[in-house]
Amino acid sequence: MNAEVTAIKTAAETTLAQEFAQARGRLPGDKAVAAQRAAAFDVFAQEGLPHRRVEDWKYTDLRVLMRDAKPLAAPPDARSKAIAKTAGALVGDVETRRLVFVDGAFVPELSDIAALEPGLSIGSLAGAMAGGDPSLATHLGKLAPASDVAVALNTALMGDGAVIRVAAGATTKRPIHLLFVASEKPAATFTRSLLVVEKGARAMLIESHEGPEGTDYQVNAAVEIFVGDEAHVDHVKLIGEGPDALHVSTLAAAIGEHARFNTFTFTAGGAVVRNQLFLKFDGEETVAGVRGATLLKGRQHADTTLVANHVARGCQSREMFKTVLDDEAHGVFQGRIIVQQGAQKTDAKMMTQGLLLSERAEMDHKPELEIFADDVQCGHGATTGALDDELKFYLMARGIPAAEAEALLIQAFLGEAIEGIEHAGLREALMDQVAAWLARRG
Amino acid sequence: MALLEIRNLHVEIDGKPILRGVDLTVNAGEVHAIMGPNGSGKSTLAYVLAGKADYTPTEGEVLFNGKNIFEMQPDERAAAGLFLAFQYPLEIPGVATMTFLRTALNAQRKKRGEAEFSTPEFLKKVRNLAGELGIDPAMLRRAVNVGFSGGEKKRNEVLQMALLEPRLAVLDETDSGLDIDALKIVADGVNRLKSPNNAFVVITHYQRLLNYIVPDVVHVLSKGRIVKTGGKELALELEARGYVEYQEEVPA
Repeated sequence: MNAEVTAIKTAAETTLAQEFAQARGRLPGDKAVAAQRAAAFDVFAQEGLPHRRVEDWKYTDLRVLMRDAKPLAAPPDARSKAIAKTAGALVGDVETRRLVFVDGAFVPELSDIAALEPGLSIGSLAGAMAGGDPSLATHLGKLAPASDVAVALNTALMGDGAVIRVAAGATTKRPIHLLFVASEKPAATFTRSLLVVEKGARAMLIESHEGPEGTDYQVNAAVEIFVGDEAHVDHVKLIGEGPDALHVSTLAAAIGEHARFNTFTFTAGGAVVRNQLFLKFDGEETVAGVRGATLLKGRQHADTTLVANHVARGCQSREMFKTVLDDEAHGVFQGRIIVQQGAQKTDAKMMTQGLLLSERAEMDHKPELEIFADDVQCGHGATTGALDDELKFYLMARGIPAAEAEALLIQAFLGEAIEGIEHAGLREALMDQVAAWLARRG
Repeated sequence: MALLEIRNLHVEIDGKPILRGVDLTVNAGEVHAIMGPNGSGKSTLAYVLAGKADYTPTEGEVLFNGKNIFEMQPDERAAAGLFLAFQYPLEIPGVATMTFLRTALNAQRKKRGEAEFSTPEFLKKVRNLAGELGIDPAMLRRAVNVGFSGGEKKRNEVLQMALLEPRLAVLDETDSGLDIDALKIVADGVNRLKSPNNAFVVITHYQRLLNYIVPDVVHVLSKGRIVKTGGKELALELEARGYVEYQEEVPA
């Protein structure tokens, strides 16, 4: 272990250290994984929880927002599993292949792992670790940035997750749905999933996160996606956590050449949400859509932090993030597009927009472009504003009551991002979620 | 009872008086034209009837069907049968025209205690009206007024009017920006709607539209007051002689 461990200060930091010390012997994985965990924990031990003086976490100070750390979740009992049976409403009636995780642990009896399409293999992370799956050594932790403390904690404490492989040329018939459900126990879960989509294959991965009211559980979920050359991958993350939950999640993806990759994050739940995306354009001529819609009310805090790293030439990326904020909610978008020297002919456009429904809501945008190539088309835009009174008047002058007029305009605002989802059923499911949110707003 | 009764209406915008004592009575079955030079308060009158914020009535009253409209929100006025065809119809990105039309129609019907239209009924009605107004069905699939030409936006206003079947329609310079063919289409749309139960207030700068929508009464609005009222021949007179004499007649 590292001898230069700095003083651990907050209660949460102390608890995390204790949890790691107690759990490290029983967490899954061989010696190599254990070494990976230890190295990751060292990053946390050195840095502590990220705080506002760490630029990437400027607006989401976990030392303040994370009052305590919860104990690692126990394996789910029958009662917890029963709760999960009614979960999954976020995807509406979209037919998926569902893999259920309760309190961070894979529950095969609730999951649909029979009759897999040719070329598709699915397992749990704990199972893969126990079985010495060789793909872990080549893929696990290769994309998620080891220096990020949230990722480091995830690597140190990862208990379970999904390990999915789609062989070259294969196509999944239904979206694969990782359904993460928290039971009512105030516990912490650390899940890590891997999706490897080989050359020319096609897959859609939905991850949804939900949990009960009245429990301040904590979720740290990371997904690493390898998008092979000429592959087509859609990823959708639905954050519908309970209102008191702390949710930190990371998507790290590397995208091959001539591929299509779309990712969408929908955030409506959770007390504190940090949604991180680390995308690396490794192959030429790839097209990517990176979008998100966030709906916040009360005192919710949600931070989306994106790094899109263009390494290869000729890739196109479109980033669009929309945030609706009511009451005293706080929204954050940090987006950085990096264009490396070799990434000539990059075409990247990033837009982030906040819609404030209350004078006390706050939106912070931090768009950044770092360009080291000289023949590129890059742009970014950031706006924050209230609903357009002129448009509202026009709608009302046609007989539409104020609340309904506002709802139409809010749906239109978010719709521009949601339209980017290729799966029609999921688009509808999300517009239904938006309508439900608006109906609750009254 | 008159359909619209405006008595001594004074309206300010940002503390600046715009309307300075307008009196106007419109009965069912009538078409009134309001003409006047730029800046005379024509659009202010239209907006204040529809209920636009920041248009503050300081004196006088407006009764629509005997009810004080200043106690009604814009959507309540619309449901009661008041319609304003906007001089500059707004573009609403992301709101599909059909959604907008259906939401408006059903909101009004709901407020009046009428049954909402079913989707097939609604679609049929809109398609028929669009056909009569020469509106390309492809336009109806777009967002409200987004990518519409000036003339298409005006026709879309008339489509909304025809669909919502108001008791009183105020047309605010619906003729501006229209070529002669579009003007005829718009006028035909209005004339088809005309009945003994409804009324129109046609606000225009030019006489041209009034060749096609023939008014029963013509008013001249100048510096916030109606300074002359006459028959349809007054419009021709104005066309020939301009507004100069009316601008000078009224003390500031």
